[in-house]
Amino acid sequence: MTPAGRRVDLAIETRGLSKRFGHQLAVDGVNLAVPSGSVFGFLGPNGSGKTTTIRMMLGLAAATEGTVSVLGLAMPDRFHEVLPRVGALVEGPAFYPFLSGAANLRRLDAADPYAAASTRSARVEAALERVGLSHAAGKKVRAYSLGMKQRLGIANALLSPRELLVLDEPTNGLDPQGTREVRSLVRSLAADGATVFVSSHLLAEVEQICTHAAIMSAGRLVAQGTLAQLRDAGKARIRLVTHDAGLAEGVFASLGMSPAGGRSNGALVYGDGGQDGEVVEPEAVVAALVAAGVRVRGFAVEQGSLEDRFVALTGEGFDIAQ
Amino acid sequence: MPSNNIARASGWPLLASELSVLFRRRRTWAMLLALAAVPVLMAVAVRVSSAVPPGRGPAFLDRFTQNGLFVGVTALLVCVPLFLPLTVGVVAGDTIAGEAGLGTLRYLLVAPAGRVRLLLVKYAGAAAFCIVAPLVVALAGAGIGASLFPVGPVTLLSGDVISPQEAVLRLVLVAAYLTVSLLGLSAVGLFLSTLTDVPVGAMAATIVASVVSQVMGELPQLDWLHPWLFSYYWFGFADLLRQPIAWDSFAGNALLQGGYIAVFGALAYGRFVTKDVLS
Ligand SMILES: Nc1ncnc2c1ncn2[C@@H]1O[C@H](COP(=O)(O)OP(=O)(O)O)[C@@H](O)[C@H]1O
Ligand SMILES: [Mg+2]
Repeated sequence: MTPAGRRVDLAIETRGLSKRFGHQLAVDGVNLAVPSGSVFGFLGPNGSGKTTTIRMMLGLAAATEGTVSVLGLAMPDRFHEVLPRVGALVEGPAFYPFLSGAANLRRLDAADPYAAASTRSARVEAALERVGLSHAAGKKVRAYSLGMKQRLGIANALLSPRELLVLDEPTNGLDPQGTREVRSLVRSLAADGATVFVSSHLLAEVEQICTHAAIMSAGRLVAQGTLAQLRDAGKARIRLVTHDAGLAEGVFASLGMSPAGGRSNGALVYGDGGQDGEVVEPEAVVAALVAAGVRVRGFAVEQGSLEDRFVALTGEGFDIAQ
Repeated sequence: MPSNNIARASGWPLLASELSVLFRRRRTWAMLLALAAVPVLMAVAVRVSSAVPPGRGPAFLDRFTQNGLFVGVTALLVCVPLFLPLTVGVVAGDTIAGEAGLGTLRYLLVAPAGRVRLLLVKYAGAAAFCIVAPLVVALAGAGIGASLFPVGPVTLLSGDVISPQEAVLRLVLVAAYLTVSLLGLSAVGLFLSTLTDVPVGAMAATIVASVVSQVMGELPQLDWLHPWLFSYYWFGFADLLRQPIAWDSFAGNALLQGGYIAVFGALAYGRFVTKDVLS
């Protein structure tokens, strides 16, 4: 797919990327590494700098500091080589309300100097078909619902075969059925070999379709890696149900473990880190408790979820409005 | 496979798309119809009134009844100070700010249209409107004049008489003169359009610029400034209605408008290539 036949390891790489709006650092020293072929979730609460980062990646806004390379080439300098290979949805769809859906796509396709005019109508039709908008192709966008506009925006990103898709909050305004369709669309794009970079403030979306993720908080990148890495880094917790709470607390203290989240439903909840931050094996904990005469009624190890991790890093809950 | 095609990449499909969006838009049609209504209203008014006293109203108004071809020239004259700059202000002010306001600017740039190419295409679209608008007035005037009044040989300002066919050519020449006249204003509008994401603001500012330029052109205290105002030659097309044609004002006008295109084109370029597209 790449013009020179080269395949770079990182589809997107940013170094020390920053953007300042007046006094506010909207993006602050972000080092992103998006592996080629990944489905990469770009997570963060509203206002954490996701869209601003995407604007800099696509050459729409200049970085205050730092560099971006996309498909191995520096942006924005090499935009004319990079952008024809990138499909994008940025900060929601935007169209000419007085043109039909198909006419809008033809207009934006004509703006790509490398898109062949001879195949334009066929490609527009195929893109509309792919997002399930064929029936509304001739309708003025003025008469589209938000969900239909969102689909049209995704169709615009799919007008040509792309090596990288940057989709900023692609399921905004879609109904549950539409959300499922976008998920399966993203999977099929990834199966075709494209790298898909999806930003979202919805955790469920990312957990279901992504191989990798990064978490933004207040302009800073606070974590990135494979989903498994992100989950593991969220520490496991130990949950103990007992009548000998005082005794048990003494045992945990002697192991160097500290309470996490306090008592819940009469159970003690502790982090699994012991002295020196090393993980204390659950069997060692049980042995110590039993040896101290604690009557263990229930004992569970709870693995950290991506949501725990997110909440721990950003101090905010996810808006799981699905 | 972009890198193989770089030499072939051109802006023609985008220009074709721009012209089709501009001229299929209802707003553009409404403005052209309003312009066409000017000669129609004037001709009908003269036709239904018994006689126009010579020397009253716009130039040549009293000659309509003798020769319908005068309607075109008179209508152009009437449209120069306000109607033509108004419509050109709307089109030129909308160029970049309109796309920014709709949010389509980011999608055009990501396509990637290229900022310089987009600016050139947008200016070409505005220039196309500058060709069409005076032509619509001239032809609507000639058409309504020919259907309401007799048509015959036309006496020029120099006293020479030319055939009706030749007179229509002169009319088109005057329209072309006004096209050139409006190119400087279009460049000003293009620049103003890069400054804002609110198209109405850029349109209003462009129209205000045309009014200010004409008002300053009326003030004797600013004599030294007059030759530098983009509206300086706007009414200078009488030279085209003499035999032989005096091209001086046409050439002066072209040079002046070329200067405005260069300066405001450069300003628009400087602003637009560094602009953060955040709309
Ligand atoms: N054009 C702008 N001018 C000033 N501040 C902005 C602008 N765009 C975004 N911001 C600020 O930058 C921060 C990040 O915004 P954004 O990147 O849109 O976040 P997200 O996409 O993660 O919701 C926000 O605090 C927002 O207020
Ligand atoms: Mg956003």
